[in-house]
Amino acid sequence: MADKLKTDASRISTESLAVGYGGEPLIRDIALSAEKGEIITLIGPNGSGKTTILRTIARQLAPLFGTVFIEGRNMKALSGREIAREMAVVLTERIRPDLMTCYEFVSAGRYPYTGRFGLLTDRDREEVERALKLVNAYEISDRYVSEISDGQYQRILIARAVCQEPDIIVLDEPTSFLDIKHKKELLEILSSMAKQKGVAVLMSLHEIDLAERISDRIVCVKGDRIAAYGAPDEIFAGSTISDLYGIDPGSYDSLLGKLELSAPKGNIRCFVIGGNGTGIPFYRELQKKNYAFAAGILMPNDIDVSVASSLAARVVCTEPFMPATDGQREEAERLIDISEVVVIAGCPKGEYNAVNSVLEQYAISKGKTVVRSLSGLREVL
Amino acid sequence: MSGDKRHGNSRNAMRIGMVFLSFVILLIAAAVWNLRSGSVSIPVRDIVRILSGNGDPESTAYSVIRKIRLPRIVLSAVLGGALSLSGFLIQTFFRNPIAGPFVLGISSGAKMFLAVTTIAVSGLFVDMPVSATVAASFVGSILSLLIVILFTGRVRNMSSLLVIGMMISYICSAVTDLLINFANDSDIINLTHWSMGSFSAASWQSARISAFIVIPAFFTVLAFSKQMEAYSLGEGYAMSLGVDIKGLRVLLVLLTGVLSASVAAFAGPISFVGIAVPHICRMILKSEKPILMIPASFLCGSVFCMLCDLAARMLFSPTELSISTVTSAVGAPIVIWLMLTRRNRNGR
Repeated sequence: MADKLKTDASRISTESLAVGYGGEPLIRDIALSAEKGEIITLIGPNGSGKTTILRTIARQLAPLFGTVFIEGRNMKALSGREIAREMAVVLTERIRPDLMTCYEFVSAGRYPYTGRFGLLTDRDREEVERALKLVNAYEISDRYVSEISDGQYQRILIARAVCQEPDIIVLDEPTSFLDIKHKKELLEILSSMAKQKGVAVLMSLHEIDLAERISDRIVCVKGDRIAAYGAPDEIFAGSTISDLYGIDPGSYDSLLGKLELSAPKGNIRCFVIGGNGTGIPFYRELQKKNYAFAAGILMPNDIDVSVASSLAARVVCTEPFMPATDGQREEAERLIDISEVVVIAGCPKGEYNAVNSVLEQYAISKGKTVVRSLSGLREVL
Repeated sequence: MSGDKRHGNSRNAMRIGMVFLSFVILLIAAAVWNLRSGSVSIPVRDIVRILSGNGDPESTAYSVIRKIRLPRIVLSAVLGGALSLSGFLIQTFFRNPIAGPFVLGISSGAKMFLAVTTIAVSGLFVDMPVSATVAASFVGSILSLLIVILFTGRVRNMSSLLVIGMMISYICSAVTDLLINFANDSDIINLTHWSMGSFSAASWQSARISAFIVIPAFFTVLAFSKQMEAYSLGEGYAMSLGVDIKGLRVLLVLLTGVLSASVAAFAGPISFVGIAVPHICRMILKSEKPILMIPASFLCGSVFCMLCDLAARMLFSPTELSISTVTSAVGAPIVIWLMLTRRNRNGR
């Protein structure tokens, strides 16, 4: 009973939906729901079927099994016009007519509201202009769609969906083709549509870091089922993301939302004394040169650790907010012993990391090649 | 800002109004020019008198105008419009700017079926009746179009569909050639005459029948202009707007078939009008909106065919050229020129 009520309240939901091509189910038992103002994001590897799910919900593919509900009503029972007034769709179909202005292109979004011949009323024009302004594309209204950049085209596509005045908007990878600035802008538009107008947003994204930041719930698509479904903090805790994409645990730092390359293989040949971010450029440089290294002595909450834990063969860490123990210092000294090069990244010393001054003296006394700058490191590698 | 936009819109609307007005003026001018020119030149004053019913019904001028030139003008206007409109439809359907109603083997199918019919019924009639020619070429066009459509579902790549259309065209030609080997000379002459294309067989009857087919088809196309515009933005997108894609496809195919088949039936496979005229209209209108393109293509096609027919009659008078000779000679350079200017614009 409670479930039934929830379905009724959802802008859009699916029930034991199975999707695929030619009668062959690709993904089964899909149960999603987006409430008013919620952003639901599908993530998953290339070819996992995100687009297939979205195309089925957008009514471009027939569901193989199960039901899609729009505002609690079975989509099959609704007319095309009724659905179009509720749901706008931005898929990856990229057709640019030759001689159509951006204004005309966007005004196609008024289709479910115009009459037999598609003539625009004043109210339609207002909506088109509002949509163009919302995506910062009003200036290019009179340009031909075939002449604008990919980024501008993407924004025009969003404007077309916006002026459809939907309660639900379905987008397939809306950020592809966009640079960072426009990605940010686009997600902010979607976010404000959700929060201010109560539009439910259902989309797929390639950028999992952006997905984590913008979504209310995340759907992980892999194999023939939904691998995981939940709030971003649940999804990004543990190894869900690494499992989803089949990458090494630790390569993806979910706290900072950044992807690191794999650590160099082989014997440790370098020790980096860093901290407070000073070590990061050295870690990256060593990774690029495929030079296995260790890092230390760092506090576990140091920004250096987030990168070092992915790229270094070994990271010597203290307990949180505690000075290094003798054991930790000895381990670091052993690592310096086997290294040829020691990097002193230049982190200011304080009460907690005074031990690093000891390590610096140790390295010098052992006659190691000591490097204090990136250019210095490049010379010795 | 918003004032600027309104201004831009009204200026645009005025330009479009001017385009349509010039089409109508050209249409009238072409009609008058056609009426007065020929082996017997008739002054405009006499034409006006004859058309207003004050002429002498016994005079030569009267019967030349009323029985020969006028039906021919009506026929060329109706079929020219039909041909151009069906070209626009097929270009919309395939999203291919160089598709024409006859590029996809529609005319070859019509010719093949006409050959079959001509040979099959040659014992029954001395002369093929107009209705039989219409029926045969109509059925032939629809059949070949249906075969092309059958492949549409299988190939995703539209350019390979075009190749398939050409191949169907070759197969039909091969069958036609085979049949010709077993045909009487009189049948072959009939077929050859048909395939060169001409409005010379125009009569009030053929003008009436073609208008009866083409005009309702025109208004049906116009009634679906909104759906066509959505379709031109992508099938998936159109579906999401609630367009019944399957129904629209069938409709587009049927209308294209009806329009081009009536052209093939009454005037033969006239080349290039279906490809060139929609392009000319796009360039003049600077828009692809079907609601504008449909009437513009029709009007422009009418004017184009009337002028080409005039040239066919007059250039080497008294020898009359086939209409395709003129339309190809005029149309092909226009298409090349349009392609070049198009490339420049997209090349940025």
